Amino acid sequence: MSPNPVYKLHNLTQTYDERTVLNIERLDIFAGEILAIVGPSGAGKSTLLRHLNFLERPASGSLRFEAFHLNGEGAPLNLRRKITTVFQNPVLLTRSVADNVAYGLKLRGKTGDQVKRIVDDALDLVGLNNLTHTGARTLSGGEAQRVALARALVIQPSVLLLDEPTANLDPYNVKLIENIITQVNREQGTTIVIVTHNIFQAKRLAHRTALLLEGRLVEIAETGAFFSNPSDPRTEAFIHGEMVY
Amino acid sequence: MNDLIQGIIQAFEIILSLNSALYEIIWLSLAVSGIALLFSTVLGIPLGAAMAMARFPGRRLMTALLYTGMGFPPVVIGLFVYLMLSRSGPAGQLGWLFTPKAMIVAQTIISFPLVAGFTMAAVMGVDPQLRRQLMSLGATPWQATVTILLEAKIGVIVAIVAGFGAIISEVGAVMLVGGNIEGKTRVLTTAIVLETQKGNFDLAIALGLVLLFLSFLVNVALLRLQGRAFS
Repeated sequence: MSPNPVYKLHNLTQTYDERTVLNIERLDIFAGEILAIVGPSGAGKSTLLRHLNFLERPASGSLRFEAFHLNGEGAPLNLRRKITTVFQNPVLLTRSVADNVAYGLKLRGKTGDQVKRIVDDALDLVGLNNLTHTGARTLSGGEAQRVALARALVIQPSVLLLDEPTANLDPYNVKLIENIITQVNREQGTTIVIVTHNIFQAKRLAHRTALLLEGRLVEIAETGAFFSNPSDPRTEAFIHGEMVY
Repeated sequence: MNDLIQGIIQAFEIILSLNSALYEIIWLSLAVSGIALLFSTVLGIPLGAAMAMARFPGRRLMTALLYTGMGFPPVVIGLFVYLMLSRSGPAGQLGWLFTPKAMIVAQTIISFPLVAGFTMAAVMGVDPQLRRQLMSLGATPWQATVTILLEAKIGVIVAIVAGFGAIISEVGAVMLVGGNIEGKTRVLTTAIVLETQKGNFDLAIALGLVLLFLSFLVNVALLRLQGRAFS
């Protein structure tokens, strides 16, 4: 893990209908790390991911990604294309699995054999090479999530954001996706931020873990310390399942 | 009944005789409705997509206006275009009244709300999360919009079919603004009305059969496009 922060957030807030849903005083995310964001439903985890992907403009505060400071202009396309999100409920196009995986490559002007080779490799990685020409809308939930992961990985993002990527999946698919996340982080140095309800998943995958409550960052620490020696009583309550939500 | 059968037989004889006046009417009908459909598609699809995807003040009012336009009586649109293009009207200096241009204007106004309204409904049927997910994969707003329109293409084709159906079969507006002038603004529908009034049922039936056949051909072509969308 590099000590260079790839993201620097300072006093970042978001409000919907005058209700503050996110209020991050300070958050640094480092290049090459896996950061898990845990917290109950409605804590602002997905909202935070959308800001990290420049899919929303904050109400106030600053967000820096690499050398870019977010301002009124919004993030330039070349920067935005370094980041992608795998959503909890991926919406696939009514095309074949291969066409779905190739989508991001085609947006970037890639064509022909190059695309086919990259797509085949990605489908091998997620174990779906037997479904290349299948209609994506006919897939099971686990298969669809693996297609979503493949279409994110083919564009080789610097930052991969994962929003509950294994929620509602069976243990086989959970394990498969977790293995891919670890492999991509280790082999390509991809910075990964994973939002999860599952504290055991955070424990298995993340270098650091953060607890988000009511839009605020309660605690962020090395994953080992976060679970064995939490500094905030709310973290302790959350990891022991005592937090009612 | 005998008159009808006799009329149909004579109608086929007229169609097969390669009557130049008949083919002139067919050609003008296709040209006027084709150009009007092109204009209403070029205007209606982007507007329908924008109204489905964008949030802006007055959207509700615009939607109500669009829905009103979808059910607007064509003859009233014809009257409106007539008044606009008449010598004393605001666009009278164009000299378009009783020309195919006036008919194209009227037919565009008739079909445009249908194309826009059905496109809006089709795009609203696409999962609203898709746009965000496409943007996350690096799509520009334009690329995301095109992808969403392609996802909604079955509905968008229905929108075009509805727009075409409304104008190829329309008679009141084109009669008012075109004047049904022989060799100049006479189209299939206005010719059918005229020939029926004159008692030339064989020719009226021939024109009616041609109109039905053309409608059928266009719809088959569009259904083939839909078929590809389904597969």
